[in-house]
Amino acid sequence: MKRLTDERAKILFEKLSKYIGTNVKQLIDRPDGTYCFREHKDRVYYVSERILKLSECFGYKQLVCVGTCFGKFSKTNKLKFHITALYYLAPYAQYKVWVKPSFEQQFLYGNHIPKSGLGRITENAGQYQGVVVYSMNDLPLGFGVLARSTTDCKTADPLTTVCFHQSDIGEYIRAEDTLF
Amino acid sequence: MDVVKEVLAKHQKELDKYKPITVDKHLECRLDVGTLLITDPNDFDDRELRDNKEEYLTALTRENTQLLVNAIWELPTERVDESIVAKLPEPTTVLPRLRKVPGPRPLTKWEKFAKEKGITKKKKEKKTYDETMDKWVPTYGFKRAEAEKAKDWVLEVPQNVDPNTDMFQKKIDLRNEKVAKNEIQRMKNIVRAKKIDMPRSGYLGPEAASSSQLLTAVTVAKSSTASVGKFQNKLPKEKEARGLGVKELIPGGKRKQSHISQQPEKEANLDLIKSVLNKKPKLDVEKAISLQKRDDRLAREAEGADQPAKKGKPKGKGSRKAVGKKPKGNRGQRAPGKKAQAGRKRR
Repeated sequence: MKRLTDERAKILFEKLSKYIGTNVKQLIDRPDGTYCFREHKDRVYYVSERILKLSECFGYKQLVCVGTCFGKFSKTNKLKFHITALYYLAPYAQYKVWVKPSFEQQFLYGNHIPKSGLGRITENAGQYQGVVVYSMNDLPLGFGVLARSTTDCKTADPLTTVCFHQSDIGEYIRAEDTLF
Repeated sequence: MDVVKEVLAKHQKELDKYKPITVDKHLECRLDVGTLLITDPNDFDDRELRDNKEEYLTALTRENTQLLVNAIWELPTERVDESIVAKLPEPTTVLPRLRKVPGPRPLTKWEKFAKEKGITKKKKEKKTYDETMDKWVPTYGFKRAEAEKAKDWVLEVPQNVDPNTDMFQKKIDLRNEKVAKNEIQRMKNIVRAKKIDMPRSGYLGPEAASSSQLLTAVTVAKSSTASVGKFQNKLPKEKEARGLGVKELIPGGKRKQSHISQQPEKEANLDLIKSVLNKKPKLDVEKAISLQKRDDRLAREAEGADQPAKKGKPKGKGSRKAVGKKPKGNRGQRAPGKKAQAGRKRR
């Protein structure tokens, strides 16, 4: 486990702020203890300092996962969030998209959301805004990126993609081995 | 009688000269006739060893040698050129090697690649039929160059090339280049086989270097200041070289980041977040339009709601409709636990 370099920390916070905006601060500035981001084998983990101290007993090779895996840095230094990050993204999300019950399954199989599957959407979301996807009874299903701004959505025809799929809770089964 | 005695004495004298060929041993000796080796597991006689060491050892050695010779005589013998010869059996003693057993030759880079891909070598014909020359021409080796010279006695100058170029010289150059390249690859293979650390080749120049090599060169050059490039300006979308061995090239740069920093991690993170969040927002035309549209729509709705409301409600609190009972002034009871909802309910 090592600290993120400044460059990578910046990439991480920029990415986080795409989904939860100014709430990024609350991930670091928590009343219930010190939490920090750590990097292990190119993966970013969000760990409480208490757990981190315990994990220091283990060697690099023995350690598989500590805390919550937020995502993975690619070889070109781009960060890709894993579905495990949803637990922290969902409560702070500023822009949300709700999918119709009929489209829930489709989304959980990894499909983009077309206009016909869109139940509700937060106002004023711009294009390429990171959003958290909810089911109609407010269960977070995953996250994605808006393909169209909210206003464009209203005029779009039913088959156009409104939100690009990035990650969904179906990945817990589909990508079980690469997730953590 | 004297004669008999004399003969017997002489015989005895002769017998004394020759030691007996039978040897008694407490424990049997181990024999390996193949390597002409005998091992005696018996203990030394301590008293003998102390009193007359040399004689005792000589006698012991003779006895053991006798045993070995006896064993050799038991082998089938034959006579070759008036000397008796025995064929020794295979040695049974395993002798340790001085050096380790040589392993298989390490594969060259191409051989390794070919093995992975399952490429096998195709054998070429020694001679091929050349149609232009109407002759059988060697594919390689003796007299091939001669045949090629005879075939390519004239060369065409391509249209996009300067007409005065010597195409023959160009051909020779090309071949020399190939030979040199092959030589380098051969050397590299040797280096790889012997597992020697080779110094990395430096900056190869703009024509030959790959993009990652160029990037590395830029990063190294930038960090080659007294302050390890800390105060060098950055281009807007400049990338920094990463990967194996880049940090080693940077003079004065540390290989690993220290765990202990002057600023506590939390504060450093918060500072970083602040700088990320305080970026100048980009002028997003689409978002601006959508905001404008929304404001317009709200204004319109407010206008539309105002007109019918004018009849009864002179105060005109917008489009908000009273839900449930209309509160009556001065009569109601305040619920201390309940918070009043502030503003419009947002979804």
